[in-house]
Amino acid sequence: MTDLAWIHGALTAARPQAVGALLRYFRDMDRAEEAFQDACLKALKSWPEKGPPRDPAAWLILVGRNAALDGVRKQSRITELPPDEEISDLEDAESQVAERLDGSHYRDDVLRLLFICCHPDLPATQQIALALRIVSGLSVAQIARAFLVGDAAMEQRITRAKARIAKADAPFEAPGAVERAERVAVVAAMIYLLFNEGYSAGNDAKRAPLCDEAIRLARLLLRLFQTEPEIMGLTALMLLQQARLGARFDAGGEVILLEDQDRSLWDGKLVSEGLALVDKAMRHNRPGPYQVQAAIAATHARARRAAETDWAQIDHLYQALERMQPSPVITLNRAVAVAKLQGPAAALAMIEPLENSLAGYFHFFGARGAFLLQLGRDQEARIAFDRAIALANTPAEAAHIRRHLDRLMEIRAS
Amino acid sequence: MLYTLLCYNKEDVVWSWSKEEDDAVMNRLSVVHEKLVRQGKLGPSLRLLPTTAAATLRSGMVIDGPFAETKEQLLGFYVIDVENLDAALAVAKELSAANPTSVYEIRPIALYVPEARPNAPKDMIRAY
Repeated sequence: MTDLAWIHGALTAARPQAVGALLRYFRDMDRAEEAFQDACLKALKSWPEKGPPRDPAAWLILVGRNAALDGVRKQSRITELPPDEEISDLEDAESQVAERLDGSHYRDDVLRLLFICCHPDLPATQQIALALRIVSGLSVAQIARAFLVGDAAMEQRITRAKARIAKADAPFEAPGAVERAERVAVVAAMIYLLFNEGYSAGNDAKRAPLCDEAIRLARLLLRLFQTEPEIMGLTALMLLQQARLGARFDAGGEVILLEDQDRSLWDGKLVSEGLALVDKAMRHNRPGPYQVQAAIAATHARARRAAETDWAQIDHLYQALERMQPSPVITLNRAVAVAKLQGPAAALAMIEPLENSLAGYFHFFGARGAFLLQLGRDQEARIAFDRAIALANTPAEAAHIRRHLDRLMEIRAS
Repeated sequence: MLYTLLCYNKEDVVWSWSKEEDDAVMNRLSVVHEKLVRQGKLGPSLRLLPTTAAATLRSGMVIDGPFAETKEQLLGFYVIDVENLDAALAVAKELSAANPTSVYEIRPIALYVPEARPNAPKDMIRAY
């Protein structure tokens, strides 16, 4: 890895803490971001020569603050601060000062930053865009590309979000326990939405970084809430799903279903981290939707071959999820486990009542087609598959169903 | 004399490396590993999962997260092969009962490379 890649990684990792602290000083998002940018430019000049500081965040906070104050002093013709080269020689003293200033504030600063991005007045799309810009530090152009909109439109979305926050006068004091819990749940939901944006985009390289950013934000949140089992569950869920990325598509970009995936292509490091977090969360005995979904993903991850999947456990977990969050989509997912355990007729009977609520849902017709096919009801299967193709969200989804149909034709012809 | 080399780094940076970046570092390390293996100098080595996956046993209490105090120092470690976190905690509790003032951080291992010395001693080796 080059020095530049290392510096880039260190700047990105330090960003939430540094911008959070600068926001506390300036109480103004634009000034905080500007000060951070100034500090980054100085880091790019100074770090390759002097080597990176031991505590990059502390360095960036101090230099960013000084740069901003320096600007104010210049304007008011007061004595300038010593040049940054001198400050940077005082590495240890500097860390201590910054530590005293910021060590105790770390948690509140990062949390404030996340809370501001996930302000309840903002629609989810603006929350995500703001978090990617301010916490992750992606450029407006990068975010625009990931959401398939133009740069100007994304710029406007972010500007609007900032204006709305300024109008809402986001408080800088840490919220009370109840409000904090509510807002952490909003942050978690934002992170999972962000992940799903990337995940549902499939193998589109432009959008793939969204999943990595979501995991990075989840780890950040988990470091702030080390004992919160739902945050462990959320992080585990995304790690276990992301682990399958290399196996989800064939060379032609077509979808490979979970049961047909080459499991040796799953990322073992992500799987073991996900499983370890599920283990940790379970000890708390306070189940929640993210934990249950993570447990389902973990059950798949533990099966070395698709045939070894513990479908009874998955059925059981989906039942738990249905109780927590009754939803036809969850029932539909459970039907897949029921089909494995009791056969396609039972599964079909289970999903028939869902047709009204899932009339526009691709996966409903895909599953119904598959169950009908297994029952030998080809004509009805074909109708369901046709309906699924019409409702497909991506070309890969449509192509996948078409392959089902082709197979159906082949089987019946021979 | 046997030595252990403990590797420290910023985990939020390291665990955000892309697969290419991670592979590049691991490949450079493996050049060093292979040389040590040829020289018969490399014992077991391992890479840990991030501290977010850790739990800590202190005075009989299980705390989520890594060992985070600076008042105690690292004095030794075990590698154990057990089913899950609960089983690992049960072992830690036994050790803790035998040595009550010690704190145990239980951290899952991401990668374990076994002993590579062809004539690795089977008996206990003491430096004292």
